[in-house]
Amino acid sequence: MVPTWHYLMLSAALLTIGVIGVLTRRNVIIILMSIELILNAVNLNLVAFSRQLADVSGQIFTIFVITVAAAEAAVGLGILIAFFRNRDTVNADEIDLLKW
Amino acid sequence: MTLLIEAFEPYLLPLIRIFVVFLGISLIVAYLVYAERKILAHLQVRLGPMRVGPHGLLQPIADGLKLLLKEDIIPAGADKRVFWLAPVISVIAAFTGFALVPFAPNFMITDVNVGLLFLIGISSLGILGIILGGWASNSHYPLLGALRSTAQLVSYEVALGFALVSALLLSGTLSMRGIVEAQAEQGLWFAFVQPVAFFILLVAAIAETNRNPFDLPEAESELVAGFHTEYSGFRFSLYFLAEYAAMVLVSSIAVTLFLGGWLRPFPSVAALDFLEYTPVAVLLGAAAWCFRATLRLPAAREWRWQRLLMLGLAAGAAAIGVALLTPGRFLPWWQEGQPVFPLLDAIQGVFWFMLKVFGFLYAFIWFRGTFPRYRFDQLMNLGWRFMIPVAIANVIFCAVAIVLSQRLGWNLLASLWLGTAATLLVAAALRRGES
Amino acid sequence: MSFAQVVFYGLAAITVISALLVITRRNPVHSAIYLIITLLAVALLFLQLQAEFIAAVQIILYIGGIMVLFLFVIMLVNLDVAMRQEQFNRQWWVAGLAALLLAAELAAVIYLGRGTAELPQAPAGALQPNTELIGTTLYRDYMLPFEIASLLLLVAMVGAVLMARRRAS
Repeated sequence: MVPTWHYLMLSAALLTIGVIGVLTRRNVIIILMSIELILNAVNLNLVAFSRQLADVSGQIFTIFVITVAAAEAAVGLGILIAFFRNRDTVNADEIDLLKW
Repeated sequence: MTLLIEAFEPYLLPLIRIFVVFLGISLIVAYLVYAERKILAHLQVRLGPMRVGPHGLLQPIADGLKLLLKEDIIPAGADKRVFWLAPVISVIAAFTGFALVPFAPNFMITDVNVGLLFLIGISSLGILGIILGGWASNSHYPLLGALRSTAQLVSYEVALGFALVSALLLSGTLSMRGIVEAQAEQGLWFAFVQPVAFFILLVAAIAETNRNPFDLPEAESELVAGFHTEYSGFRFSLYFLAEYAAMVLVSSIAVTLFLGGWLRPFPSVAALDFLEYTPVAVLLGAAAWCFRATLRLPAAREWRWQRLLMLGLAAGAAAIGVALLTPGRFLPWWQEGQPVFPLLDAIQGVFWFMLKVFGFLYAFIWFRGTFPRYRFDQLMNLGWRFMIPVAIANVIFCAVAIVLSQRLGWNLLASLWLGTAATLLVAAALRRGES
Repeated sequence: MSFAQVVFYGLAAITVISALLVITRRNPVHSAIYLIITLLAVALLFLQLQAEFIAAVQIILYIGGIMVLFLFVIMLVNLDVAMRQEQFNRQWWVAGLAALLLAAELAAVIYLGRGTAELPQAPAGALQPNTELIGTTLYRDYMLPFEIASLLLLVAMVGAVLMARRRAS
């Protein structure tokens, strides 16, 4: 059996890659995808501990995290489409004015 | 060498089964294309393919060769790798689902305890093949076709899921084999107690495979050919294969969940045991028909190979039909307690399953020849504002019915029919609310 | 090296490499495809952790729902201009440094802390039958969060439709 800390290391790696993606990229769509990577890292962590502690709460929380991720992706992409219609750009660096 | 064989030993039987299923489904898909052309033709009072082989029976081989030998055109500015990847995703998704389908109690590739969930997941993966194919073509007809098709597939997938849940309420397990065994245990096919769910599954299955009347995304008069406009040659044949294999897959799911899978009609009624000889009857009937067709072919010299082919088909069908009737005494592994005709018994499950699946496929082709096409907004309207509410109502009322029968001791069948009646009332109210 | 370890290392490699490719591609559709591969690898890892319901839910919802949504939006938004611009912002080295510090910290905590907590070793088939267990626990102990999640989805649906609607002004 693979020890739990292996899964935690993998989850930390995924989290780091997601954080780099969010902080480094300009394209808002890629930023949203990196957020999905972060949420997946969290899910992996939850399920690994659920298996270790034989407690199903970890998996239930994973379902909630996936639900929230879906809701957040939908709203985020809706905002992106609305913004693209107005400013014709998806570059995060150009979205820097509170009021036109 | 023996070490290698020993390492492979536990995987050998599943590998053989996978091979058999893959070959079988490919053959079925190839002749499904031929059957569709023939049936559509007869519905439209014409003959269909007649020239390539007797009655056009070798048409699929000619079509396959043609598609393989055509020029492989990639549009300018298309993303080459995604263009290559998209049909591959569709085909993989369509064929992987067959690993979970129970063809017979003694013949299935595997039985996963969340089999139905994985089948839904695999059909979601198939959607990706369509959307990537439409985008990678770098052309506006495929893009529009892919977007429309994806929107339609995603909408009807929700209705499909709810219809499947209605059957799950009765079976209590997600394993495909467990669902058929639950139908055997309760002595009824779920289609008779959940007709609304069966109907919604049928409609959603037609929408999921982009078939008429939901085939706007690939209609020739609307979008040239939808998402596979720019595909030619082998890539197009992959999409074609994926679509027809998906048809067989959703038919298999519907048969497993609602029509009793591999069960014979009325398996518990001993008076109807003569139905077990149906495979023999069907094969001998097919042999007689091929023989009659041979006699009706022209007697000229150049038709000789076609007459020989038909005669060979007739002889083959008759031989298999008679071989099924070999008594157990002549078979080396037979012992006293086993059934009288062991080969016939072994083929029962697969025969009834395939018979029901072919019935479903005939219905698919029949609908194509009969119904006009839905306009896209009508299609989405139907999916979201009729199918999904009715499916949800069905789940709610049938769950209430099952609880009532468990807590208050009502008859399960009666309470389920009451639930179905309530769902039909909701459906009627929705229809009147719209018109 | 047992079969389980080989599978884990293989899937972990696929996950990390695909994740790196997600954040470095210029073309968002390529990023989306690599994200799909990452999500599939994570689903297979869930399967290895004997959480088959979560694996199936990951495939159906994340790949079949969220990634299709992403691909839809990528196709509706014209990204030719964005693809020709500079992909990484000006403070990428600060971000990279901070993230690497975070990674080093996490790795140190996990590696040095392994085996320090007295966690019980669960037997292999502890959470079976998985789907039934999740179902009963979700609808009994976690009924309130379940209802709140459904409200959240309703709010998200209304918000997304409102956001993406064309204003007829």
